[in-house]
Amino acid sequence: MSELIQALSAQEIAGIDAEIAHVPYRSAVAIEALKIVQAHRGWVSDESLRAIARHLHMSAEELDGVATFYNLIYRRPVGEQVILLCNSISCWIKGCDKIQKRIQEQLGIGLGETTSDKRYTLLPVTCLGACDKAPVLMVGEELHENVDTHSLSRLFDDGGGTSE
Amino acid sequence: MSLDLPLTRNVRPDRSPTDFAAYEANGGYRGLRAAIGKLTPAECLQVIKDSNLRGRGGAGFPTGMKWSFVPMDDAAAGHKYLICNADEMEPGTFKDRLLLECDPHQLIEGMICAAYTIQADIAYIFIRAEYHRAEKLLREAIAVCYEKGYLGRDILGSGYRLDMQVHSSAGRYICGEETALISSLEGKRANPRAKPPFPQVSGLWGRPTIVNNVETLCNIHHIIERGADWFQALGLTEDAGTKLYGVSGRVKKPGCWELPIGTPIREIIERHAGGMEDGYQLRGFLPGGGSTDFLTPDHLDLAMDYGTIGKAGSRMGTGTMIILDDKTCPVGFVKNLMEFFARESCGFCTPCRDGLPWSAQVLDDIENGRGRPEDMHTLARQVEFIGAIGNTHCALAPGAMEPLQSAMKYFREDFERHISGGACHFCEGGAH
Ligand SMILES: Cc1cc2nc3c(=O)[nH]c(=O)nc-3n(C[C@H](O)[C@H](O)[C@H](O)COP(=O)(O)O)c2cc1C
Ligand code: SF4
Ligand code: FES
Repeated sequence: MSELIQALSAQEIAGIDAEIAHVPYRSAVAIEALKIVQAHRGWVSDESLRAIARHLHMSAEELDGVATFYNLIYRRPVGEQVILLCNSISCWIKGCDKIQKRIQEQLGIGLGETTSDKRYTLLPVTCLGACDKAPVLMVGEELHENVDTHSLSRLFDDGGGTSE
Repeated sequence: MSLDLPLTRNVRPDRSPTDFAAYEANGGYRGLRAAIGKLTPAECLQVIKDSNLRGRGGAGFPTGMKWSFVPMDDAAAGHKYLICNADEMEPGTFKDRLLLECDPHQLIEGMICAAYTIQADIAYIFIRAEYHRAEKLLREAIAVCYEKGYLGRDILGSGYRLDMQVHSSAGRYICGEETALISSLEGKRANPRAKPPFPQVSGLWGRPTIVNNVETLCNIHHIIERGADWFQALGLTEDAGTKLYGVSGRVKKPGCWELPIGTPIREIIERHAGGMEDGYQLRGFLPGGGSTDFLTPDHLDLAMDYGTIGKAGSRMGTGTMIILDDKTCPVGFVKNLMEFFARESCGFCTPCRDGLPWSAQVLDDIENGRGRPEDMHTLARQVEFIGAIGNTHCALAPGAMEPLQSAMKYFREDFERHISGGACHFCEGGAH
């Protein structure tokens, strides 16, 4: 038990247990549990994964199968903020490739990469349901519409770091 | 002419959310009061059946018929579930976000009436993780409904009990497929399930479950309050009701509007979306999201309804059109979609998991000047095999083939020119 408490905070355990109260069996909250831990730590390490699996009475392998299925569960460290760049069709028509290139120039990161100062990670995302405002991207929880090079400069004006 | 547009009557130009007070002041929760304690579940079901409402999530299945498979006798004792599909990830689709962000109580009222009809005791809203604003508004609105006695035990003193929860997802397009959604709600990988058994009989945790789209559910209380005839009369053609239509791409005013179902495509693109941007011509369009077949300017005068678009060789899908203009490469367009579908394959069955990346690779070769004449044959074989319903475990892969097969039909010369010229003739000077 002491080992478990080391890997998951009391707050995390309380959050997960509150979810367990709503479902017929513990492993049913696998996704919520992963999201709770990720909200606290930014990502899900192997250690966290094992601790969650034990808490849910499932094998770490099975939980990892769930974790790696979902693109918004991060099994590797990400920057303080994740940039989700929509590269689906309407944003492609409106030039998301150019936006991606501009981000590469400005922050020095391509898809899947993190700036060396660990501030930003850039990931592609499925159509964000804002196609009439294409191209769009999210920074953290914030949606940015009709993005162009000017708005990108404003968004990341202090440049961020360069990728390694 | 002032149209009766029930779904967007609380949508404000600045898209600020309508709160509980404003919602009730504008006639909200009257449908719920008309249903619960006044009509039996069977009577509610009959109204929905008579209304001819069809699912707005893409497949267009009649809602009343879908609900009629839910067991209602004593053998069905135990939990029953209603799930709202708010996963909206179909490329080019941006209609449910509007309903969720602008009028959360409308969805909740529709869901309570739907749940009452099938006698579900637990309702979930399965919402994609990126819709943070909508998620917050829904959680707040649900809390208000518990306070007001519209949710929880003994709703309006009728003895009917319903609990409602929001489940925020963790990504992946396949979660929108209804059986994959159920797997995901159970905390598993979102692999679709074989049917039968259908979810109506054995869905979430093996219990009877109905999954409906946001827009479908937003209609329910309006129909119960105002009647099946009123709903039927809203449509301009044989389909009933209104529909949220959208247009994106190089038009002057991209957007989403509620219009009578059966509104002509030309009116949607030219009047509501303002026509093409200056300097661009219309070459084709996907009528209802990324997994529908292309139509062309020859189809502009068709009515936008299920039957008419089906007869023209496509599907109304989600009703949100994606415009292909004359400066955008049709091969690049289809390649973008195919790479999307390949990325989003859940990996369960071989034609999809291995076939879609292959199609994407062939399209990438053609787009980048490495295409060979036999590639056209390869693509045609892939369409034939992967596109056939029944060869794959779910509709993702056949859906992926729809834009490809129709692009090969309508824009064949562009494919061939890429291959014979060894380059994309849109790349120089064009958008791509
Ligand atoms: C790959 C795939 C993705 C889907 N995504 C969605 C979605 O995001 N939202 C939705 O309502 N329906 C989606 N559907 C359709 C659902 O499976 C289901 O038909 C729909 O939610 C039923 O609701 P309705 O009868 O109200 O239309 C998807 C289907 C497939 C095959
Ligand atoms: S068709 Fe694709 S998404 Fe559907 S079950 Fe098969 S692999 Fe999964
Ligand atoms: S395609 Fe980018 S928001 Fe829809």
